[in-house]
Amino acid sequence: MKMNVMMEDITGKMLGESSNEERIPDFHLAIFFVRSFKMSKKGVGFLENYVVEMLNIRKEFPGIVANNNINLQVKQGEIHALLGENGAGKSTLMNVLFGLYQPEKGEIKVKGKKVHITDPNVANELGIGMVHQHFMLVDTFSVTQNIILGSEPRKYGMIDIKRAEKEVMELSERYGLKVDPKAKIRDISVGMQQRVEILKTLYRGADVLILDEPTAVLTPQEIKELIAIMKSLIKEGISIILITHKLKEIMEVCDRCTVIRKGEGIGTVNVAESSPNELASLMVGREISFTTEKTPATPKDNILTIENLRVKDSRGVEMVKGLGLEVKAGEIVGIAGVDGNGQSELIEAITGLSKVESGKILLNDKDITNMSPRKITESGLSHIPQDRHKFGLVLDFPIGENMVLQTYYQKTFSKNGVLSFNRIYDHAKKLIKEYDVRTPSEYTKARALSGGNQQKAIIAREVDRSPDLIIAAQPTRGLDVGAIEFIHQKLIEERDKGRAVLLISFELDEIMNVSDRIAVMFDGNIVANVKPEEINEQELGLLMAGSKKVGGA
Amino acid sequence: MFSNRMFNILVPIISVFLGLVAGAIIMLGFGYNPIRGYIALIDGAFGNAYFTGETIRRVTPYILTGLAVAFAFRAGLFNIGAEGQVIVGWLAAVWVGSSMEAPMIIHLPLAILAAAVAGGLWGFVPGILKAKLGVHEVIITIMMNYIALFLTNHLIRNVLTETKDTTDRVLESASLASNWIMEITSFSRLHWGLLIALAAAVIMWFLLEKTTTGYELRSVGYNRHASEYAGMKVGKNIVLAMVISGGFAGLAGAMEGLGTFGYMPTHSSFTNIGFDGIAVALLGGNAAFGTVIAAFLFGVLKEGSLNMPTEAGVPSELVEIVIALIIFFVASSYIIRWALLSLKKEGK
Ligand SMILES: Nc1ncnc2c1ncn2[C@@H]1O[C@H](COP(=O)(O)OP(=O)(O)OP(=O)(O)O)[C@@H](O)[C@H]1O
Ligand SMILES: [Mg+2]
Repeated sequence: MKMNVMMEDITGKMLGESSNEERIPDFHLAIFFVRSFKMSKKGVGFLENYVVEMLNIRKEFPGIVANNNINLQVKQGEIHALLGENGAGKSTLMNVLFGLYQPEKGEIKVKGKKVHITDPNVANELGIGMVHQHFMLVDTFSVTQNIILGSEPRKYGMIDIKRAEKEVMELSERYGLKVDPKAKIRDISVGMQQRVEILKTLYRGADVLILDEPTAVLTPQEIKELIAIMKSLIKEGISIILITHKLKEIMEVCDRCTVIRKGEGIGTVNVAESSPNELASLMVGREISFTTEKTPATPKDNILTIENLRVKDSRGVEMVKGLGLEVKAGEIVGIAGVDGNGQSELIEAITGLSKVESGKILLNDKDITNMSPRKITESGLSHIPQDRHKFGLVLDFPIGENMVLQTYYQKTFSKNGVLSFNRIYDHAKKLIKEYDVRTPSEYTKARALSGGNQQKAIIAREVDRSPDLIIAAQPTRGLDVGAIEFIHQKLIEERDKGRAVLLISFELDEIMNVSDRIAVMFDGNIVANVKPEEINEQELGLLMAGSKKVGGA
Repeated sequence: MFSNRMFNILVPIISVFLGLVAGAIIMLGFGYNPIRGYIALIDGAFGNAYFTGETIRRVTPYILTGLAVAFAFRAGLFNIGAEGQVIVGWLAAVWVGSSMEAPMIIHLPLAILAAAVAGGLWGFVPGILKAKLGVHEVIITIMMNYIALFLTNHLIRNVLTETKDTTDRVLESASLASNWIMEITSFSRLHWGLLIALAAAVIMWFLLEKTTTGYELRSVGYNRHASEYAGMKVGKNIVLAMVISGGFAGLAGAMEGLGTFGYMPTHSSFTNIGFDGIAVALLGGNAAFGTVIAAFLFGVLKEGSLNMPTEAGVPSELVEIVIALIIFFVASSYIIRWALLSLKKEGK
């Protein structure tokens, strides 16, 4: 089932007990109704008082209409969700509002006045701030320097950094952001960097905040904190437009939700009067099942065997400390763990991207320790990387050429060193269709695809090779619910074909739903092996935090 | 209204046009007649058979150094060392061309190959240093330029000759020059090299766009991490790109050594053929055929400018300014793109 940690925590507390899988959805719903009802009552005073109105917006790209006839009306002081499948046109619509794109048709009103937002500076002046999914911060600058960049307070012609730091501190305290104004960006976590982005907009006086998939890059704990921050922001009268694929987040914090399907505006619903199921079916246009159907696994021989593995990170700090792990044919092993406990280093060691200090990695009984990525790939490994822009795609290649990134030199796609573009693009066309990658064509540059569709393209490429072992690191990050369902189904299908799957995810429900066995990783080691049906999320959370008490397994 | 492709063609054309306009304004400012100036320039480039021949002769090495810089650039590398690669290629070609005897069918290809190999070697050094030690190629290629300059001077004075300032002439069997071409171009120094340069452009296009090697090079140029993830050997590709790039530049040296001059003099300073290749590649959008066209433009401007002082009284330095302005406008093509885009908006 697809209800999440956060909600379970809340219900858990409210019911004074840990979750019982069968009953939860109804309880959730009951609670949402009560909560949201209160919220909407609070909102009544502001009714029809829109801070932002986007009317009949149309935006075209070569070969595709990204937005058509979309209406978005945001009330003062509300959190307004923008929901839609991957490639539905959410980011595009927000880029229009932020002045990065000019619409072909339509009208934008801010605080009742008709405006032409020709570039982001105009948006800033109108009080609109945007936090993009990929942050735009200067790594070597401090938090304060980043925040004031472009609108520095001056004293005698010099930057008044003391005053700036004080102002940043005040802002940060007012909204409970807890950032250190003097810290360097490169030393702080992704979650903190996101807060700096939020502060940047607040510092410039934004009272309408656009957050484009802010939770996709966060850990569950950071998500909780972000939600608290959003709540304190609206208390101060700030309005928020939130893009997210996680329905439970919408249910928890949003007042209203506007749905876009394939570029068309579908309408706006009051979250209090809706349910995750309704939102999902509005968005996709069909019923969605939240449970992952799967039969029990029938594990066979070992595909991946890791013995006593030690790996250092780029700074020379040992991150994997004598780890042992086995993944068998026909099973999905999920690695649960808090980010930064050596998961990335483990993956990089298996895939040949970083050096193994000591220990052994066997794939199909063949020693692949410290072999080149090419050799390891050829030995039967696929890898869905965590960072899709850094590793997964060559963004300036057409999406079709990205589909053969590891196989271009093989007989199917080239002859005597000459690429056979017909075959490459036929192959791409097939994958695009099979995995429902939404793109104007297979010749479109990967860069122009929406975030979720880039991810689907990578998954298509990796799963289609049908290797003995698939390493899937955060495979559904940034995907819509329909796509998540599809990807989970695909991973299970591969398992049933007798492949081994190693899944790394920070989403506990993904780990719980998809894995046949959970390996808990803490401080560079596997500290527990448990079956998902024998443990609940609380117990798993404790194990991930390094607790030695193994509950239920 | 404009497709992306149109854009890529339109931007350089507008850049060149703006450069010419700016040049005209400067000529006016200094009291010269820009129309007479530009007519003199065209005359100087194509006014008669001799001028036409000299213009094409000048274009030939530009094509090759342009390709050299463009090729490296596509693999994400900045080869400022084309200059040094030209010089060593020149010497290698002349050395083979003057010091051995063989039938033309062996001798000429061998001399040309020697130039490519020498240039390739000069590219290999910065390539391997970058791949193995991460040393930036710009620094090493600049140093390699000086090594090439002084090393070739030394070899000419002390090894190829006894304290003379020029080498012996290359033998007939290793020469690109042709009596027939000379006759139809009123004894210009035009030679067969243009065919080699054009063939090199076709090779570069084919290699980059059609082969698995080119796929790897482009991939490494765009995204090293993804290339490594996909199993490509990033270091190998860096070295390969620098070697091929150096090879193209070395061929440009062969054009001078086996074609234009037929020998190699010692140089007191750089030839600038390699440095101009950077501008040619930039103007040509780092694409093979764009580079050919840009080289033609460059050659025409440079050759035609020689005629401007005599025919229109405009100092030839001014033409240097015009060329600089054109490059400036291409480099800031962002502005032109932006202007075109706003035009497009208003057209709606
Ligand atoms: N710069 C661009 N050039 C061409 N097409 C584009 C460009 N940006 C977006 N598109 C196309 O517009 C459509 C909508 O993209 P958009 O990024 O708005 O989707 P999204 O709703 O944000 O999806 P996701 O949830 O996956 O991020 C997609 O089909 C995409 O391919
Ligand atoms: Mg998006």
